[in-house]
Parts: sequence; structure tokens; C-alpha cells
Amino acid sequence: MGKLKLYFSACLVVFVLCLLQLQFDYSKLWSGLFKLGNTISLMLPPDASQWQYVLSAAIESVQVAIIGTVLAIVCSFFLSFLAASNITPHPALSWAIRGICSLLRSIPTLIWVLIFIVAVGLGPLPGVLAIMIGAIGSLIKVFAQSIEEVDEGVIEALRATGSSWLGIVIQGVLPCALTALLAWCVMRFEGDLAESTILGTVGAGGIGYELSHAMRGYRYDQALFVGIVIFVMVFSVELVANRLKLKMAKRL
Amino acid sequence: MTLLQVEQLKKVYPDGTVGLKGISFELEAGEFVAVIGPSGAGKSTLLRCLNRMVESSSGTITLQGNTITKVKAKQLRAVRRKMGMIFQGYNLVARSTVLTNVLHGRLGYMNSLKGALGLFNKQDTELAKALLNKVGLSEQMYKRADELSGGQQQRVGIARALAQRPALILADEPIASLDPAASQTVMQTLYEACKADGIACLCNLHQVEVAKKFATRIIGIRAGEKVFDGAPEQLTDEMISYIYEGAKHEEAVGRKETA
Repeated sequence: MGKLKLYFSACLVVFVLCLLQLQFDYSKLWSGLFKLGNTISLMLPPDASQWQYVLSAAIESVQVAIIGTVLAIVCSFFLSFLAASNITPHPALSWAIRGICSLLRSIPTLIWVLIFIVAVGLGPLPGVLAIMIGAIGSLIKVFAQSIEEVDEGVIEALRATGSSWLGIVIQGVLPCALTALLAWCVMRFEGDLAESTILGTVGAGGIGYELSHAMRGYRYDQALFVGIVIFVMVFSVELVANRLKLKMAKRL
Repeated sequence: MTLLQVEQLKKVYPDGTVGLKGISFELEAGEFVAVIGPSGAGKSTLLRCLNRMVESSSGTITLQGNTITKVKAKQLRAVRRKMGMIFQGYNLVARSTVLTNVLHGRLGYMNSLKGALGLFNKQDTELAKALLNKVGLSEQMYKRADELSGGQQQRVGIARALAQRPALILADEPIASLDPAASQTVMQTLYEACKADGIACLCNLHQVEVAKKFATRIIGIRAGEKVFDGAPEQLTDEMISYIYEGAKHEEAVGRKETA
């Protein structure tokens, strides 16, 4: 109990120090509230006049998310079996893949897209690459986790038949882990779609570009329309994804 | 010819625990040998050392005249497919069909890619179906393995082991998770299948009565050492209590309940 108190007071001290150090101007909060109200009134009613551009950009975002996620799923699928500690051909290989994944994850997608824009220029391609790299980093990790949860007995039984490594993996491990892997794929696509909408703000194509374009031109009413489209897009994908996940859970 | 020769087999785990303290025995073709002893005596370790799922620390294992203690990769796969294995927890692929689970017994004979893709040839499929008929499960062939009862799943396990066309079956507590009726069916199925094809069987058992009923020979193991090796008639009550002596109290109670 004494220790808990000590930790708590330490956290409190750190928090207060941060607050003091940053020297917020609290009067701005108040004036900001009015500015925000003003901006919101500029947003209404939403302006859908540019709908052709917005919709085609939205479709581009979805396409970027689909291609990036699918490519990532394919790469991660193969690599995760090498990374899972229970069936990896060599522990060093598992560590190497996991290490690289941590590195990929530690760099945010927005930074990846800037790197790829420098490499391959503006447009949807750097967006696809950035989404793919980010998704690979997290998918290999979660795929490997699901593979590691597969019953050790099944692996042992197939090993005892004299099966090759590939035989054990595809005939034994895969059927056991498949629903979990599919659920991760669906979840990853949800996240990637949300990310692909942002990527356009830095020039990687898609609906994000429309958003930043409207904001820079102070067309807040157009920006709101773009926002609504993004919301409908992400929300409907989530609805479908939840349905899919429920179906998968039933098959378990 | 002697099928299996085990000499001075020792196993010391990395943490210093001694699993086997130098066990020697021979096994002739067609023998049905029960291995009895308390939990932790080293019965499972012994079986797993034989097909090299666990690496022994020293000693030699000779199968059909070939020393297998040091073989690697491809040869090891060939050795393993000569020894079918049956597990306490059945260890079937729950989401695959019963037929596919039996066909897994053929994976040791197939090249990597064909095996992985499940491209079993016609003879293999015929064999698997015949074996399912033999263990009385041809009706359940296309059901998912986890739809079957425990006793049925273990019979699928037996069929999978038989699909390897083995010279020897290693059965690790095959009936420990089953009720008495299912236990009886499973042991009968295993015994008859081995007898019909002249397959030798090394069967770890918890229940002395079952061991006495089916085995042609009984090996008693206590704390990693072989303390009895003889015909079931020779296994006296004194010997049984010696084998299980020193085992924990709960262990003794557990044995009475399962017996």
C-alpha cells in the first residue's frame, strides 16, 4: 500500500511539472471556443457541389486501402509462419522477423508515406506502399500470436507422422489458426481504410487531399461534406466487418 | 528379428531433471507391451525418445537393425513414419474432416509440396477409408473431427497411426481421458488392429487392470528406471505396489478412481 502511494504521488508530480512547463495560455481556450463556434457556422450547410471529385477521391482511398492491405496480408501470411516461435524453422529467423516488424511499427504511416513520396512521387502509389508497410509490421505480429496459440499437441502429432515442415504448417497449423487470421485481416482493413483517408492530406492521393484542399481554401462547408463522406465510408466498412466477424465467431 | 532395441537410454532435461536413468529393453515384432508406472516416472519421455520427439541424452535406439539415435532430417522422417503415435488428447486437427485426419498419416511418405497441399493419391484415400471402416467410423468420414465423441476421436487417432503402415505403434495414455466403455472399445480396436497386421505396440497405461488384460508383456517404470519386465501373470500385487510406491498420495487416490 505504501508503495502504491509512492507511485501515485510520483505520477502526480510528473503531471504537474509537465503542466507548468508547457505554460498554456488558458484565456485562449475561452476565445477558441467562440472561434470554433464561428467555424462550425461556416461549415453549415455542407456543400456537396463538388461531389463528383469527392466521390472519385473516396473510391481511390478505398482502392488504396484494399491494395495495400491485400499485399500486406499476402506478405505477412508467409512470414508469420517463420516468425511464430512454436513452428519457426530457426529461433534466430523468428527474432529477426519480429525485430524488423517492431521497426516497421515504430515508424508511423504518415512518415512512411512522406518517405515513399520522395521515392516514387505523388499519387496513390506511395499511399499503397505506406499502408502495406504499416500493415505488414502489425499483421505479422498478430498472425504469429494466433499461430502460437495453436494446440501444441496437433503440431506434435503431425511431426510424429514424419511430415515435412510445410506439411505440418499447411495441414495442421493453418486450419486451426485460419478464423483468427481472417478476423485479423478484417480488423486491419478497417484500420487501413481510416489511415488511407488521412494519407491524401500529405499528397498520397485519395479523399484526404480533397479535405486539405477545402480547408486550405477556407471552404469549410465543402470540408464538412468530405468529412461526412469519410464517416459514411469508414462506418459502413465497420458495419460489414462486424457482421463478418460475428459469422466467423459462429463457425468457431 | 528384434524390431526395437533400446540400450541404456538416458534423458536429463536442461534444468537438471532426470527423466530416464538408463533404460534397456527389446521389442519383438507383434508384441503388445504395456508400460506402467506413476505419473512422472518417465513413461511419456520414454515413448517420445523412441521417435525422437524428445532427444535422449545418451544410449542407443536400434529400429529394424538400424541405429536411429543420430539420424537427421530426411532419414528421421522415414524413421518416424515407421512408428505411429497415439496421444492422450487425441491431437486431431479439429477443423479438418475425419478422413483428412486419417490421411495425415500418409504425410511422411509424400514430398513436401504435395503433402502440404493435401494432394493424397487414390491408394492413400482408399487406405484411409478402409482403415476408418476397420475402426468402425466410416459413417463419420466427412464430419469435422471435433464433432466426434472422445472415444471416436481416439479411434480416428488409431486410424491415423495405422495409415502410416507402421512397424510399431507408440500409444501414450490412449484411454486416460475416456470413460470405461469408450476405453474398452479403444483398447480393443488398438489391440485387434495391431494383432491383425503384426504391428508391435508400446502402450503407456495408467490402469494396471487394463494392462493385464491386453498386454503380452508388461514393463514397469519407477523414477526413470525399469523395475519390472515380464509376463502379465508375473506381475504380483507386491510388485505393483513397489512400482507405485513413493508416488504421491493424490496419485494413489487418482489411480483407484480411474481403475
